[in-house]
Amino acid sequence: MSDVVEKTLTALPSLLSLDSQPGTGKLSGTSKLGNLIRNIAELTSKHDEEKLIKKELAAIKEHVSSPNTTLRQMKEIMVRMIYCEMLGYEASFGYIHAIKLAQQGSLLEKRVGYLAVSLFLNESHELLLLLVNTVLKDLQSTNLIEVCMALTVTSQIFPKDMIPAVLPLVEDKLQHSKEIIRRKAVLALYKFYLIAPNQVQHIHDKFRKALCDKDPDVMAASLHIYGQMIKENPEGYKDLTESFVTILKQVVGGKLPVEFNYHSVPAPWLQIQLLRILALLGKDDQSTSELMYDVLDESVRRAEINHNMTYAILFECVKTVYTIYPKSDLLEKAAKCIGKFVLSPKINLKYLGLKALTYVIQQDPNLALQHQMTIIECLDHSDPIVKRETLELLYRITNGQNVTVIVEKMLDFLRQSKDEYTTIDLVGKVAELAEKYPFTDNNEWFIQTMNIVLSVGGDVMQPDIPNNFLRLLAEGFENETEDHQLRLHAVNSYLSLLEKDNVHVPQRFLQVISWVLGEYFFLKAETKPEVVLDKLGRLLDQSFVTSETKGWIIAAITKLSSHTVCPNTVAEVAQKYTTSLDTVLRQHAFELKHLNEDRDLIRRVLPLDASCEDIEVDTSLSFLDGFVADALGRGAAPYKPHHQRQEELSQEKALNYEPYGLSLPVSLSSCSITGRQSPTGLSLSSGLSGNSTEMGPKGGSNSLKLEGVRNVWGKEGYLPQKETTAEGTLQVLPGHEGPGTEESAMENASLQPDLASPTIPEEDQEKQQLASSLFVGLGSHNTLCLMGKSENTSQRFRRKTNKTQESSNASEKFSDSSISSRSTVESLMDNNILENTSSEQETELTTLNQSSNQASEFQDSTTPDGLLNGGEREKQDMSSDPSGQAPSLFTGGDMVILQPSCAAAENEQPPATRPPPSLPTELSQLAHSGVQGLCSNESIAVSACKIYKDDSVVLVVFITNKSTSAIKDIIVRFAPTELKVSESTSHGFPLLEGQNTANCQCSVLMEKPCAQGALVGSIAYQAEPEKSSELQFSLAFALADFIRPLTISTEEYGKLWLAFSNDVKQNLKLLSDAKDPLTATLNALKETLQLHIVDIIGTEGIVACQLLPAIPCLLHCRINTGMLAVWLRSPSPDLPDCLLYQCQKAIQKL
Amino acid sequence: MIKSILIFNNHGKPRLIRFYQFFPEDMQQQIIRETFHLVSKRDDSVCNFLEGGSLIGGSDYKLIYRHYATLYFVFCVDSCESELGILDLIQVFVETLDKCFENVCELDLIFHVDKVHYILQQVVMGGMVLETNMNEIVAQVENQNRLEKSEGGLSAAPARAVSAVKNMNLPEIPRNINIGDINIKVPNLSPFV
Repeated sequence: MSDVVEKTLTALPSLLSLDSQPGTGKLSGTSKLGNLIRNIAELTSKHDEEKLIKKELAAIKEHVSSPNTTLRQMKEIMVRMIYCEMLGYEASFGYIHAIKLAQQGSLLEKRVGYLAVSLFLNESHELLLLLVNTVLKDLQSTNLIEVCMALTVTSQIFPKDMIPAVLPLVEDKLQHSKEIIRRKAVLALYKFYLIAPNQVQHIHDKFRKALCDKDPDVMAASLHIYGQMIKENPEGYKDLTESFVTILKQVVGGKLPVEFNYHSVPAPWLQIQLLRILALLGKDDQSTSELMYDVLDESVRRAEINHNMTYAILFECVKTVYTIYPKSDLLEKAAKCIGKFVLSPKINLKYLGLKALTYVIQQDPNLALQHQMTIIECLDHSDPIVKRETLELLYRITNGQNVTVIVEKMLDFLRQSKDEYTTIDLVGKVAELAEKYPFTDNNEWFIQTMNIVLSVGGDVMQPDIPNNFLRLLAEGFENETEDHQLRLHAVNSYLSLLEKDNVHVPQRFLQVISWVLGEYFFLKAETKPEVVLDKLGRLLDQSFVTSETKGWIIAAITKLSSHTVCPNTVAEVAQKYTTSLDTVLRQHAFELKHLNEDRDLIRRVLPLDASCEDIEVDTSLSFLDGFVADALGRGAAPYKPHHQRQEELSQEKALNYEPYGLSLPVSLSSCSITGRQSPTGLSLSSGLSGNSTEMGPKGGSNSLKLEGVRNVWGKEGYLPQKETTAEGTLQVLPGHEGPGTEESAMENASLQPDLASPTIPEEDQEKQQLASSLFVGLGSHNTLCLMGKSENTSQRFRRKTNKTQESSNASEKFSDSSISSRSTVESLMDNNILENTSSEQETELTTLNQSSNQASEFQDSTTPDGLLNGGEREKQDMSSDPSGQAPSLFTGGDMVILQPSCAAAENEQPPATRPPPSLPTELSQLAHSGVQGLCSNESIAVSACKIYKDDSVVLVVFITNKSTSAIKDIIVRFAPTELKVSESTSHGFPLLEGQNTANCQCSVLMEKPCAQGALVGSIAYQAEPEKSSELQFSLAFALADFIRPLTISTEEYGKLWLAFSNDVKQNLKLLSDAKDPLTATLNALKETLQLHIVDIIGTEGIVACQLLPAIPCLLHCRINTGMLAVWLRSPSPDLPDCLLYQCQKAIQKL
Repeated sequence: MIKSILIFNNHGKPRLIRFYQFFPEDMQQQIIRETFHLVSKRDDSVCNFLEGGSLIGGSDYKLIYRHYATLYFVFCVDSCESELGILDLIQVFVETLDKCFENVCELDLIFHVDKVHYILQQVVMGGMVLETNMNEIVAQVENQNRLEKSEGGLSAAPARAVSAVKNMNLPEIPRNINIGDINIKVPNLSPFV
């Protein structure tokens, strides 16, 4: 087959010269395209080509605009244009003609027209609108080819907002008598599903019909859709597992006609798709997985090696077997398959074998041991891609003992690689490993590794690598002397690096060097600060140093100068850069100059080794309060936040096309007189800080205001980052349980039969040595021997998490007073409270919430009295509502809602075998969902219940010890997803007695609006001493869980409406049987989705709601020809879409 | 999903480009250049997979390519596609080209760029694999070619005749699938919730 394209371009000249010969019959001698191509082939330079094409395009332009050009000629011109565009020359003048050709041409011309359109235009091109009618017409054509073309073009370039126009017609095509049309329609719908899932959700049952279509090809096409939907929500399609298994069984069993065979493998692509779907369905689900064991076994058995394609199926089988709930004999077979891949002489298969190993290595580290020699060979493979994959594999099996060898291998690869992407990726991994095991060899190793990372990674690597490195250096580890050593090493190596002349170091590295030298120069007592100063000063004059780096260097010089008697260098630097054109540098220079004049000040501002000390910053600028009050007293206008000014500006200037125009002037004037803003309006701006007028009403309290200010820096440095790294290190813990010694590793290696053979060539011996150093600490043989040490390492990490927990607790967005009470809450929760004691804790929680509520409301307002009124009114609204609103609001959604009144009844019901954990009485008064089991095994069960508070969704997690003995060290952790768990992301219980239940609470927020999100978490515990286990769980949340009414007036609504830019419009079904359809529909929506109906005027209604904590979304509904036309607006780009989806769902349910 | 399909020759001259995800014109050209740069460095003894890296968007994407004489066929796909599956799809595509052009060569691709596109449209639609059966693809293409001939012959004929051809229904593609035997059933068709 490789000689399929035998005739090469070298044949071109001879072909061209023999125009009239029969061999060139394919190329019409007179065709203009032929001429063009010929001319291009004769050219030698890019410049000539450009000139020629420009000329050609000019000719085409003239041609297309001439009225005498026939459609037939146009077709030929289009092909030429396609050719020019392919070479990268734009022919935008012809786009409109392509559309015209698709519209007017005969079938052949149409085909070219459609092709040109799909190649030229993209989803956002404005000319696309002109195509809609053509596509509509062709979709209704009786000609198969026209329908096919229309379907193809819709699946290729149709954007979201044009889908409704063609959707009904495409939908109809699902019933078409020709399979090719049905197949294309299914694929087009799949594309629509990808672009706008809520627009096709009403045809999900038609997808099911496509799945059982009598034609296997249509069925195969529908698997695209199912693959995607199951990926998003595996829970929803478990019932289809059996069907997929049946289909796969028939395909594997050769029930399909022989036409579907490819190299005598029955429908291999179909098999691959089905295997992938089964993997998604069977993941973490034992009962579903059991359904597929048989067919997987059959697939593996049938896939006898006779072609590449069988390997493709085997590879998918292996992945599926390792993804679903494990079954030992299948795993064994899969492991054998992996062996076949890895040992295959074919390089493609070897690569995939490594990939499969990487995939399964966490579950089965012994597999790596089996293939260690192959892996070593692959490390020296000539193909960099294979090498890289091998490194990826090694990266996964890194532990405390083999880290030095693995990092060395990675650095070797890095030094050779020139590919930017590889460099970025690998540098990040090396840095991660180095930070994870900083003391493996000795202190020098860490510094040296990081030096290479910084110099090789240069300026392409992720910016958090140098930041993390500096943070680690500054915060240190648990041992003071080791920290000291580490820093000293760093200073030493940097000083010697700067020793050399003409060092060319990446900017990031220079920045790290200058920071470390500035901070820790004093550690090296034998070098005088003056010497360091001198070096930095010289660096400053280098031409390759960017001004950003210069800023770092001057900062270092400033720190150094605080501890020397102002040498000349400092004065020179200050003098030189006070006239710099770069304002940042100039500022640094001025600071340096002034600090140097005041020795006391400089020592106070820049104390020695204090980079980790807390600096108290009055972010609210409260020291300016007096000044502001004075100014206000003298009649100055109060400060208005940016968005409000914009809004007023736009209202003054722009023509008003919007509804609610009438009420605007009134609200505007009232607003400018009182200077007050509606609380809801301002809740938008709660993220703003440093708003001095907002501080006015705060009056007496001088406590630091922390609400609304993102607390990024804390005692331990940068908080979120710390949290994630700590999490990361903890998660890896189970991976390297029980690091073994060199000895045991050797033992390990010698256990391999093929390695133990007595006559080993020297080269192999080397490899074996490498193997023993690489695979040390893997596998089960040596897990026990060094328990003490492993305990040690885990201790280190545990200590760090605790620290983060503390710091994140301390950083809660509560005022000082509430911090103390908060910590009592934390400690109470940690202390394993049972339901009866937790009421006390609950009251505390609620008061806290209230206080935070009030605080945020106060912050939101601008002048004292207006504010209080606003705040209070809001409060009253809130407090008067719950009785009438809260319980009834949550009737929708997919959860069971227990209203307060029936909560008691629920408790009285005869308990099942094990009574479900019940809520603390305080919480059960609030609207909440039923208690839902998350995961369980023989010793522990986890369940959860959602509590819908007015201002948050609180998740109560119950942990029940099912065994009779106590369980220790329970830690519940949540992984970051689109849902954010506020407060700390992990909760711990040191001890839980047998048959007892503990609970912990956390509030959940939806970070980024989405229709549905899953909260993923894990629980780790020790049921038996020294043996920790972990369970995973996940809990689905719908957007509706986080929607709360937004109580505003019509005026405020009008103002907000104008301020929001993201909108979505769609028609919804109307409850037409009611007397007043609009009110009935809106009320129904209000009931199910917690919306606030602001006003209903005639056939229009306005509705408002907010996504917690405070993202408003406004709905404008109008009756339009029997439909409810809904127009949603919000400041968040995703919210309207998701909310619309919820509305659709809600109305469908009614 | 398939993100793009690129065919270029040993010198990096594009012979066919098809993007299923929008990239601006200059980005497209850059992708072609970089892909060529990546692929041309590799000799035929190394594997057919490449990590696209930052080229087309993230580590999720990979390049799967085959080299035939003077031409490189490169498919850029995301993780939803099977590597070996795509590798064989390229083979199917090239074999189909070979059948349609009777010993295909680079020149065919140059002078009949539109026809190659039509063939590709039978294999991949909007980034999804549509048809993997070579005979089926060839049958579809031949159907269209027949149409071309008949229409070309009729170009001088009166308009009524032309429109008659236009509206004629193509004969069903001959294909003997005995559906009775297949009997693929999906039980438990509960209504979608």
